[in-house]
Amino acid sequence: MKGTFQRKYLGIPYALYLLVLVILPLIVIVSYAFTDSNGRPGIGNFISFFTDPNTLGTLVYSLVLAFVTTLVCLLIAYPAAYFLAASRIRSKSAILMLMVMPMWINFTLRITALKELLTVVEGNLAFHPFMNSVIGMTYDFLPFMILPIYNQISRIDKSLLEAAADLGADPRQAFIRVLLPLSMPGVVSGISMVFLPAMTNYVVLDMLYNSTYIMGSLIGSYFSAYDWHGGSMISLILLVIICLFTLIAGNDENEGSVRGGSVL
Amino acid sequence: MSNSTTAPEPIIELRNVTRRFDDNGFIAVDDFNLTIERGEFVTFLGPSGCGKTTTLRMIAGFDRPTSGQILLGGKDISKLPPNKRPVNTVFQRYALFTHMNIYDNIAFGLKLKKMDREEIDRKVKHVLEMVDLEGFEERSVATLSGGQQQRIAIARALVNEPEILLLDEPLGALDLKMRKEMQIELKSMHDRLGITFIYVTHDQEEALTMSDKIVVMNGGQIQQIGKPEDIYNEPKNAFVADFIGESNIFKGIMTGKMKVRFCGGEFECMDDVPEGTQIDAVVRPEDVILTAPEKGTVKGVVTGVVFKGIHYEITVESGKYEMVIQSTKTPKVGEEVGMCLEPDGIHIMIAEDHTTRFDADINDDYSLEYNGKPIEADITSIIKGSTLKDGSLKDSSGETIRPENIKIHISIEPADIELTDDAEKGLTSGEIINLIYKGDHYSYVIRTSKGHDLIVDDEYLWNLGDIVGLIMPAEKMNFTLAK
Repeated sequence: MKGTFQRKYLGIPYALYLLVLVILPLIVIVSYAFTDSNGRPGIGNFISFFTDPNTLGTLVYSLVLAFVTTLVCLLIAYPAAYFLAASRIRSKSAILMLMVMPMWINFTLRITALKELLTVVEGNLAFHPFMNSVIGMTYDFLPFMILPIYNQISRIDKSLLEAAADLGADPRQAFIRVLLPLSMPGVVSGISMVFLPAMTNYVVLDMLYNSTYIMGSLIGSYFSAYDWHGGSMISLILLVIICLFTLIAGNDENEGSVRGGSVL
Repeated sequence: MSNSTTAPEPIIELRNVTRRFDDNGFIAVDDFNLTIERGEFVTFLGPSGCGKTTTLRMIAGFDRPTSGQILLGGKDISKLPPNKRPVNTVFQRYALFTHMNIYDNIAFGLKLKKMDREEIDRKVKHVLEMVDLEGFEERSVATLSGGQQQRIAIARALVNEPEILLLDEPLGALDLKMRKEMQIELKSMHDRLGITFIYVTHDQEEALTMSDKIVVMNGGQIQQIGKPEDIYNEPKNAFVADFIGESNIFKGIMTGKMKVRFCGGEFECMDDVPEGTQIDAVVRPEDVILTAPEKGTVKGVVTGVVFKGIHYEITVESGKYEMVIQSTKTPKVGEEVGMCLEPDGIHIMIAEDHTTRFDADINDDYSLEYNGKPIEADITSIIKGSTLKDGSLKDSSGETIRPENIKIHISIEPADIELTDDAEKGLTSGEIINLIYKGDHYSYVIRTSKGHDLIVDDEYLWNLGDIVGLIMPAEKMNFTLAK
């Protein structure tokens, strides 16, 4: 490889991409967030976010919705992943594929179908907006919880459980003291893959007629009302929250491997 | 914990233990009977797949016998889960808990027993001293070398003061030097603690070095039980002789009182076996004496000389036989030499009956079949005086014999079965699971798809694991009629 071509030139498109589509927009958001509608710098947007009961309420609602969705996903996914990983059946991969298959079907189609189903069951979707949103998002995000947990549990050396039994642990003790802690990296991956999108994905709420705003829809509403400064501030706050969350999750994962498919 | 007990007292007994795997019908352990005494160092030795690990796992409780009993101190424990058994295991790949530090790993069993904190601290400290890793309590598993992890695994098992310590190829993952060191340490630990050790390995040298008693296994069955010296000097069959140490094995026949003929020569031996008995003679390479050509009992031509450090390994061809010799002499390749054997350098084993026996299927037209494949044999020559006319078989007195009323046993000698690499050819097919060189031919153990083992002698070399078809020429078969 003589001549003037150097391998680092291959990085130019990526550098451009990062500059134009990540760094510049970030600078724009930050500059909008800390200026008012007249272009004067200040932290007015920040103060009004935390003093306006509407925006604060939306933040709390988003957090609660995401938390409940994540919890429900975890409660369904863990036993499923555990039994699938621990079982010795041959059709293991077929069952796993069935669990993951909804991901292959168009998202809008899936939620529309779910909407029809829930309408049949409940009559009017407006009666249980929160529950319907949780159901919708759980349905949507469940594979992202199952896969990393399944992968993690499958990787655990079976002889560790035998060692636990050998040292006097009954099956319950072996689960609590050995299998559960060793499966935690998968759980953390799963949580971060469900919690973060659940906080911002307002399409599910929209389609299931949940009229309450969550962080995603709130930002959208600011921008549709041409309040680019307020909208930018809320985006920035959301960004900081997500950053903090991933940092915590990332720290927990240090011990184990992150091959389970973390968003980081 | 002292080693002062004198009278042998059985601690664990395996009675007719059999383990058959449901999914493929494979018999991993076949009617295993063994008594182990308190304080013994017992080694299960055999090639991979011989059932030694399965047997150990049944003692530990990870696996259950399909039938038979495991008695611990006289009580049947074969259905007890592992956590209820007073035995602890050192696993092949250590199986240390990576999410815990060394202290928590070792204290795992003690904490489950709800022992108080100071007691646990004291015991952990003591056992760490025993394995020479004082002060390692706070270290994480990932920071330890393979040898250190091995010691922690031993410490974690020993801290529970088990009645029996089970070791599943514990040194397999260590390098040679470390392995030698650990062998000595394990042996001295055993002598100090007086705990019964059951050790699994495929390394014959390891077994000979450490054990009080060796159980040689193959194909799920015990081949021989004995002290290391006895196993080496008096192997019970060709498999044991071949597996333990280097050996030349020859087919032969007893020609007189303590006289035996094999390898083209007649030798005096120490074993009193009746004249005419078919035998296998085992000759250790170090027991062959090289002489001048005219002075040897048999003569041969040197075909190879390899330097092995303290001796040379010399291959000599004598007629169709081949002999491997260890000697400090260095004959040249192509040189003619004589070979002598002292009577105590020959170990005689009565040859086992390796005839393959099976029953033929008889079709309505009286043709014979096995496995859906035809056997070219004429029924009238098997049933003396019978005649086959118009599709019905009549015996000498003219009475009709119906196909369903007769049974025909077939037997064929190992040397008469031919091997082919076309598994579809021949009456049946199987996998080569063991082979032994017997001077002028190889003796193969072939496991058929139905799980039967049969012996075939063939002069050509096949590989372990080869799938071969077994051609059994009808003219070499021996037919017997049963009604």
